[in-house]
Amino acid sequence: MKTSLDDVYETFELLDDWTDRYGFLIELGGELPPMPEELKVPEHKVKGCMSQVWLVGVPKDGTIDFLADSDAHIVRGLVALLLMIYGGKTPAEIAATDHQAVLARLGLDKHLSPGRSNGLHSMVKRVKELAAAVDASA
Amino acid sequence: MSVTPEVAPSEDASSAAPASSSAPAFDVEAVRAQFPALQQEVHPGKPLVYLDSAATALKPQVVIDAVTEAYAKDCANVHRAVHALSQRATAKFEGARDSVRRFLNAEKREEIIFVRGCTEGINLVAQSWGRANLGPGDEILLTELEHHSNIVPWQLVAEEKGAKVVVVPMTDAGEITVEAFRAKLSERTKLAAFTHVSNALGTILPVAELTRLAHDAGAKVLVDGAQGVVHQRVDVRALDADFYVFSGHKLYAPSGIGVLYGKEALLEAMPPWQGGGDMIDRVTFEGSSWNDLPYKYEAGTPAIAQAIGLGAAIEWLEGLDWDGMIAHETAVLEHGAARLGELERLTLRGTAPEKASVLGFTLEGIHPTDAGTILDAQGVAIRTGHHCAQPVMDHFGVTATARASLGVYNTNEDIDALVSGLKKVESMFG
Repeated sequence: MKTSLDDVYETFELLDDWTDRYGFLIELGGELPPMPEELKVPEHKVKGCMSQVWLVGVPKDGTIDFLADSDAHIVRGLVALLLMIYGGKTPAEIAATDHQAVLARLGLDKHLSPGRSNGLHSMVKRVKELAAAVDASA
Repeated sequence: MSVTPEVAPSEDASSAAPASSSAPAFDVEAVRAQFPALQQEVHPGKPLVYLDSAATALKPQVVIDAVTEAYAKDCANVHRAVHALSQRATAKFEGARDSVRRFLNAEKREEIIFVRGCTEGINLVAQSWGRANLGPGDEILLTELEHHSNIVPWQLVAEEKGAKVVVVPMTDAGEITVEAFRAKLSERTKLAAFTHVSNALGTILPVAELTRLAHDAGAKVLVDGAQGVVHQRVDVRALDADFYVFSGHKLYAPSGIGVLYGKEALLEAMPPWQGGGDMIDRVTFEGSSWNDLPYKYEAGTPAIAQAIGLGAAIEWLEGLDWDGMIAHETAVLEHGAARLGELERLTLRGTAPEKASVLGFTLEGIHPTDAGTILDAQGVAIRTGHHCAQPVMDHFGVTATARASLGVYNTNEDIDALVSGLKKVESMFG
């Protein structure tokens, strides 16, 4: 993804309206590497989301990349944000990483509905489970 | 703001009609001023545009005051004690039951059972009447429009008793036709349970005619009035349904209180559902006998303040000009349907000619939750999702819709705010 976490912080600060911030999240979702349709199967679905979310881990040289997608665009943007936080790290790094601080800095912790927050929590849980599974098989 | 729908009676006409002349003409601005929740900005510079009353209605100040007073002054258990607070609480609680009876035009207060909400009322009938009266091969007739709470309780009792759930299909406009209903009735139909007004689509069902047909076939009738009681006048004696159920919180009253109306003879014959205090006459370890109606179905300490709040909401509603209110709501709904038609990507879901309150829609290529989230940022509150009516979603081949739903306080300006919000949504998706 060409946008970095610092870019996200900067853009959120520049935009003073949540409509525009959601617009930016939608754009961010567009940067997600495409997830092959054949991976969008029930076993890759993250439960507890208000929209459909699919997530798989791709181990690479001791680190893990993720492929993910959603049928809702703002959620796809949130997925992109999570992958900026967790993608390309080693399983140990993933286990030690916490996304909460990022959400709080962006004000998303207060703006996401409880349903959304639960969905995000489910996605993070899946990221950590996938990382732990790679770690165990290594 | 003035909405003068064609169907609204003119001042001359209303003064000639004594039935509606007791209340002042409907004034939406005066109504809005009584809802404190409407006087807020949800985000800086974004005043609340509340279009989610089918999920729960906002509360007028009189209801909030009644609940506050119930806790601040009359805080006691009901039916139990001789002291002053308990007597006042009991008088107000039972007064609320009288208000409900009058509002529904039920014959007797014994026919008004307080429950937690519409869902609990349906479960009560399914578990009490259903378990006592359903057997193998019996049929429970539902419609494709039903809310999950008027599906699942019947599936549970049907599975237990070997009965069968039969479904009347809806048209693509979201109607339940009398012909389709008649076609599914059989001599095995023991109960027909259908909604008065669809929560997902807003369709008004011809409940009186469906009730008559079901009775002709020898079946009992339960009407889910969760949406209907809010937007339509209900006269349970004229309707003649055996059970009519609704929730307080959609009727501008607190959550945690609802009503099951049932015909006295049926309620007398049915076994109790939940056991506990207040529902008994005499208890020994050898056996117990039951209290009279309505207490036989009200085990345990009831939702006292909530019931008092419901009574206050009903008295408040009785002070409104209902002809004017219904005409106003209809005019705003029609304005909504017309204005939503301006949006290129939008498809209205639910286009029955007889509708109340609900504008369901999908947007081509835009997930409803995205639309709902962006609308929220502009202060516009709508509901997105399956609306606890997944069979309706299945009918349209979608997993979710967006739903704007109206209450007594909504105006054409609210619709206009929704439409500009949706235009913004469309622009963000190119």
